[in-house]
Amino acid sequence: MTEEKEILTVSPGVQTDKTEFNPEEAYEKSKFALETENLTVTFNGREAISDINSKFRKHTITAIIGPSGCGKSTFLRSLNFMHDLTPGAEVSGSIKIHGKDISEYDMTDVRRRVGMVFQKPNPFPTMTIYDNVAAGLTLHKRQSRKILDETVERSLRLAGLWEETKDRLKVSAMALSGGQQQRLCIARTLAINPEIVLFDEPTSALDPISTSKIEETLYMLKKDYTIIIVTHNMQQASRLSDYTSFFYLGKLIEHSKTRTVFTAPKNKLTEEYVIGKFG
Amino acid sequence: MTDYYSMIKNNSRGRKLKSRVMLFLCVFAAMLAILPLVYIFFYTTIQGASSLNLEFFTELPKPVGETGGGMANAIAGTAILVGLGSIFGIPVGILAGIYVTEYSKNMFANIIKFVTDVLSGIPSIIIGIFAYGLIVIPMQRFSAYAGGFALGLLMIPTITRITEEMLKLVPHNLREAALALGIPRWKTTIRIVLRTASGGIITGILLAVARAAGETAPLLFTSFGNSFWSSSLDSPMASIPVQIFNYAISPYDEWHRKAWAGAFVLISLVFIVSLIVRLATRNKYSQSA
Amino acid sequence: MPDIEAKERKIIKSTRKLSDILFENATFLFALLIAAIVIYIFYEMFMDSAESREKFGFGFITSLNWDSVRGEYGAMTFIYGTVVSSVIALIIALPVSIGVAVFLTEIANSITRSAVSFLIEILAAIPSIIFGFWGIYVLAPFMRTVIQPSVQSVFGFIPIFGGSGAGFGLLTAGIILAIMITPIITAITRDVLKAIPVSQREAAYALGATKWEAIKMALLNAKSGILGATVLGLGRAVGETMAVTMVIGNKAQIKESLFEPAYSMASVIANEFAEASGTLHISALIEVGLILFGVTFIINSFARLLIYSFTKKAQTR
Ligand SMILES: Nc1ncnc2c1ncn2[C@@H]1O[C@H](COP(=O)(O)OP(=O)(O)OP(=O)(O)O)[C@@H](O)[C@H]1O
Ligand SMILES: [Mg+2]
Repeated sequence: MTEEKEILTVSPGVQTDKTEFNPEEAYEKSKFALETENLTVTFNGREAISDINSKFRKHTITAIIGPSGCGKSTFLRSLNFMHDLTPGAEVSGSIKIHGKDISEYDMTDVRRRVGMVFQKPNPFPTMTIYDNVAAGLTLHKRQSRKILDETVERSLRLAGLWEETKDRLKVSAMALSGGQQQRLCIARTLAINPEIVLFDEPTSALDPISTSKIEETLYMLKKDYTIIIVTHNMQQASRLSDYTSFFYLGKLIEHSKTRTVFTAPKNKLTEEYVIGKFG
Repeated sequence: MTDYYSMIKNNSRGRKLKSRVMLFLCVFAAMLAILPLVYIFFYTTIQGASSLNLEFFTELPKPVGETGGGMANAIAGTAILVGLGSIFGIPVGILAGIYVTEYSKNMFANIIKFVTDVLSGIPSIIIGIFAYGLIVIPMQRFSAYAGGFALGLLMIPTITRITEEMLKLVPHNLREAALALGIPRWKTTIRIVLRTASGGIITGILLAVARAAGETAPLLFTSFGNSFWSSSLDSPMASIPVQIFNYAISPYDEWHRKAWAGAFVLISLVFIVSLIVRLATRNKYSQSA
Repeated sequence: MPDIEAKERKIIKSTRKLSDILFENATFLFALLIAAIVIYIFYEMFMDSAESREKFGFGFITSLNWDSVRGEYGAMTFIYGTVVSSVIALIIALPVSIGVAVFLTEIANSITRSAVSFLIEILAAIPSIIFGFWGIYVLAPFMRTVIQPSVQSVFGFIPIFGGSGAGFGLLTAGIILAIMITPIITAITRDVLKAIPVSQREAAYALGATKWEAIKMALLNAKSGILGATVLGLGRAVGETMAVTMVIGNKAQIKESLFEPAYSMASVIANEFAEASGTLHISALIEVGLILFGVTFIINSFARLLIYSFTKKAQTR
């Protein structure tokens, strides 16, 4: 609770006006892990999201909500070049990671800084639990056994999976339950030590107990990571996040502190969505 | 749909009878199709297994009139020729398959698919002529290289096709998972995607290898044949199918028995490989189900 | 274009690693290699048949002469043998294959289905040399001692069933080919039938159709796919070498009777190529190969296009 208060007092809202410049804002800026400016994604010329201006403060959790098809995943996936694989997809605008433009990073470097956990658990089926967690490291470059062992343990602990798997690290990852697989995927992402972790509906395919375990994990991760999570679950958004972005028809309608969004939204659409009038 | 209504207007007993008869004919067709297989299989087994002994695998062929002897050189030759073919055919087949599923834009993928289909439809004797012109003529001799090359060419379409199909079965989200970890695309393709599909691809390769081992026509004037051990890869080399052919059209009973033994070896290879492929793919289905 | 409307968009592109570019281009080269090989096969055979093409011109195709002593070559007898044996094969294989495919998709339970498809897969994988060998020692004697006498006792007055073959001839070759192409026609017909939506058949049942009537509708709907499968089987038959060589009798002649020996394009290459009597002989054989290549190319392209368009249609349905 104290932590949350701190954040609330430190952050004076993110809805800033870009045109005016003041030193205080420049200072603030360094606190942003990720910023987007006029971020637009088109699929074969059709806009899926347009002109998203958004900033994500370090060590916070931001929830992205909005009705199905409004572009949440599209937005998330543009942050680590995931649209690369999609023929016909074009991303334009600008993305800054820690104040530096994304084009100045190497692509694989971006992906290592901006990790991603997907909706459906997707462990590598041919690999053991251990190899899954270590994959990001071993397939990047040669690593000593010791470093690997340490990283695997640390990541599994962070993901809250260590106790359940420490005796069977050499077992195929497919032997785990769905919830465990998802936590394994979280561990796999944490193992490459990203700064920002994107979650695209990470719990929508899971049972309530697995969900609450993952929520706990996310809450703990906030200390060290910046987290953006897409969710359809309003309770989850309000429980977990510091900020909430509301997307509608490919536009960012509102981005405010979670409390504001859920208690006194500035936009009528947000209000209607949050109280369940549509979506 | 009009003829359909006229169909059900007719009297229903006659229609039911006709249905019965036609369905029975389908069952009969299935039995008819399997009959030659069963016949060939048992005939070859009976004729071949009795002439099969250790000597067959360890001895060189004996001249007419002398009993005994075997096909050791042809067995080794087939292994070498198929090995040479694999060195050439497997990488080309797999990499082309990777290109089609992982990289190519629609249009070119379709062209390559079409071309591999065309290649798989080219009669194997034509492939033999091609290898003859490309390798035998410049080297001025029949050689294992030429035979291996021809077999490799014949393996390519099967391997490309199976690679395509198997890579397509790998869920897209595995690629995304790997890329999201900052793993480069090519490593993702080889270490994750290909690895995941490897079971299916290996069965496809097995099938291609078994087929190549039984090919005769493309070897007739490439690796030709040899009654002795080949001294090197640039000399003529014996192979089981060519040896069977030469023996089969000879007038000597002793040689016919040898040929049946060779046929039995080939048919066993085909049977075992088909069985492995069947079991492997069945496991796959039951896993995913 | 008004200036205000022109939004300047900075495209965000990922930088591709050199290793990625290299790997992609390597796979591309191998894909290209396959295409290059197919083209080069044609080119090589065209060049290597130059001597024969120049000497005989178009007459090569129509001439019945094949005389290596006098150096006169013509392909008609081989074309005839190939065409007739392949057509016989199709006439036998097509109904059987459709029957088997219907059996597999509509009648058999899952155990029978997987057993029968397994056996048919094996049948497809048996080397043609074994079919030929079996043809020499089992089928040909059977044709001579059983089929030929009994057919001739009834239909002997019809020229195509006359003659005095010794078991080796067009009909024997056609039967062997039919056995060999049944698996491929069956496999594709089965896939084509599977692609027909179940709902169509259910609708037919709902209207009171018998099982066979429902199947017949499916077959009618699948006819372009089945035609593709048939043409593909034809391509196989035309190009098949060893089995035909061993049972067709290898006599360059055109006789009315299907029991008489004949010769096929692939067979004459298989028999004479390694021991050809000079460059003109080789060149003529390669020209026969070129014709064979051209014919199978056209047949296969046609078959594939039929099958592609059918599967595309079935997918979009
Ligand atoms: N690969 C693609 N090709 C074409 N259009 C796409 C593609 N991916 C997404 N879209 C379109 O972009 C829009 C946004 O899709 P997106 O997946 O981002 O929605 P979402 O908000 O994540 O929805 P959900 O809550 O259902 O996951 C949709 O209209 C969708 O049809
Ligand atoms: Mg989504």
